[in-house]
Amino acid sequence: MGLLHRHKWLVPYFLLLPGLAWLALFFLVPLGYLGHQSLETQNPIDLSYAFKWAWSNYREAITGFDPQLFRSLEYGAIATVIALLVSYPLAYWIAFRGGRWKNVLLLFIVGPFFVTYLIRTLAWETILADDGPVVHGLRYLHLLSIFGSNDRLLATPTAVVAGITYNFLPFMALPLYVSLEQIDGRLIEAAQDLYASRVKAFWRVTLPLSMPGMVAGTLLTFIPAVGDFINAQLLGRPGQYMIGNVINSRFNELQDYGAAAAMSFVLMAAILIMIGVYARAIGTEKLTG
Amino acid sequence: MSPLTRQQFVRRAAAGSAAVALPGAFAALARAGVDPSKVKGKTLVFSNWPLYIDVKNHRHPSLDQFTQKYGAKVKYVEDINDNASFFGKIQAQLRRGQSIGRDIIVMTDNSPYPALLVQNKWVEKLDKSVLPNLANLQDTQRHPAWDPNRDYSLPWQSGMTGIGYNAKFTKPITSVDQLFTDPKLKGKVTLLTEFADSLGLAMLSNGDDPAKVDDASFDRAITKIQKAVKSGQIRQFTGNDYAGLMAKGDVWAAFVWSGDMVQLHADNANLRFTIPKSGGMIWTDNMLIPKHGNAYLASVYMNFVYDPKIAAEIEDYVNYICPAKGADRVLLKTDPGVAKNTLIFPTVAMRRQLHSIDPKALFNADYKTKWQKVLGA
Repeated sequence: MGLLHRHKWLVPYFLLLPGLAWLALFFLVPLGYLGHQSLETQNPIDLSYAFKWAWSNYREAITGFDPQLFRSLEYGAIATVIALLVSYPLAYWIAFRGGRWKNVLLLFIVGPFFVTYLIRTLAWETILADDGPVVHGLRYLHLLSIFGSNDRLLATPTAVVAGITYNFLPFMALPLYVSLEQIDGRLIEAAQDLYASRVKAFWRVTLPLSMPGMVAGTLLTFIPAVGDFINAQLLGRPGQYMIGNVINSRFNELQDYGAAAAMSFVLMAAILIMIGVYARAIGTEKLTG
Repeated sequence: MSPLTRQQFVRRAAAGSAAVALPGAFAALARAGVDPSKVKGKTLVFSNWPLYIDVKNHRHPSLDQFTQKYGAKVKYVEDINDNASFFGKIQAQLRRGQSIGRDIIVMTDNSPYPALLVQNKWVEKLDKSVLPNLANLQDTQRHPAWDPNRDYSLPWQSGMTGIGYNAKFTKPITSVDQLFTDPKLKGKVTLLTEFADSLGLAMLSNGDDPAKVDDASFDRAITKIQKAVKSGQIRQFTGNDYAGLMAKGDVWAAFVWSGDMVQLHADNANLRFTIPKSGGMIWTDNMLIPKHGNAYLASVYMNFVYDPKIAAEIEDYVNYICPAKGADRVLLKTDPGVAKNTLIFPTVAMRRQLHSIDPKALFNADYKTKWQKVLGA
């Protein structure tokens, strides 16, 4: 204990040690290994790998797949916005009007997650089938030409975005709920006592106080949504394939691990840049609330 | 002398009859040329594709018969869904010279992997001393380019790739060009993600030979498919999941595998298979013994499966193309419908219409990347 008495500044670092060790072992080491792999090239004859400082992998990743990368960011952003618009009223209602049923309603949100991701997405193939109720309904309302193409919903961007939104909805709804639940009802009462209308009270009190939940939800939804590939593969067609599909095909079909690793890093960089801009715009105090 | 109790009598009688029967069983195995000490009590680990062996009441009758005859258990795992991903799973260990814990794996010859496994010496040689039934192998299958003497592999099943269509929604489709350009089929067509299947059929429709791929013929086929994708004619590229889409009616016509259409036809008589006018593709799934697998036990099993009676049992369920001669004669008596089905026992005229893919093309990284770009990735 003598060491720590003399050098009190060391104490926080010792306390951080277990967490840092975990991060190092399960995050930094694999990332380093992936970085090493991203600079390998593959011998097409016997499919062996050689470390050759292959920066061409990065060049190909950045220049070769612009459409898929931008499409992924686009679909991820649209899905996040729709998820926010759907989840906010849902979380608000459960937090403020849920009463005794709060836990049951939360279970309904989380319930579909007991079914595996792949099966949930396959279910959408049946829901959006050409002969199914959704297509029939939209056709009756003359909305099918707007949302679908060629008189169908499957293998269109709508189906892919719908799948992504559905699969990541709980990631948006639950943080929002937590944030809304913590709002003291008396603050809203106070606002109304000070002559604010219901709408104004919501806008000036509830919404800003739920910002941490919104930021957490958008991050938790956007980041995995951009990297998704299952929805595009099952519900989309080649024109809708995302950067995740490209990485998947490089890894699984071509076994070109160098290209797949390089693309993963490019994707990581793109997302980090966007999140950096987002955090600056929102202001980092809001992240911790 | 204490009196003999009933239990003692029964126990000794059982031991006695076993002692009398055992040499007989051993002798039967020895007559078959199989050394019983090398198979009894051992376990054969067999990795295969789904729905590729006979099933009855949650058991596999042919595997149970194998256990009964040789005393060796079979651990049957249906963990192969795609050649590339399965190879990706096993290659790291094989590269390091380690065992992958399997005695038999099954890979398709329209992927580069069987040739790669043989080339890199990641497979064991078959023990031909216990493979007298090798003589039952179809003549056309005896000398594939990547294993000219069948030292490392034996076919499990073969299949045809052709056009499948739903007669309820469309007239019979006899040509690939019709599939790619008929406006009535727009958005109702899927192709296969497998390079060799889709490109092979496209090449045939261009008049090129898929057994001899060069850059020009490859580009012609890619251009044709890309045009159909851009025009919206092709809805999606699928693996085996075209079956679900066709059954639902979302897809009216597709590139399909013959065995699937036989099974689908049993549930829905509107689903039919044709070999396109310009020709179809034939491929073979091959049994291989990965390094450190039990080559002796695996060879005994392969011999068992090439017995026409056992081959007929498996064929009755799987409904792909049987590699063993004589199975159709057995089925003529037990299940004539299967024996007379030309999708399972193709005629000589049909076999002449079928082509295999050029194995060198499968190794070409440039081709593989260009194909993935067409798939959108």
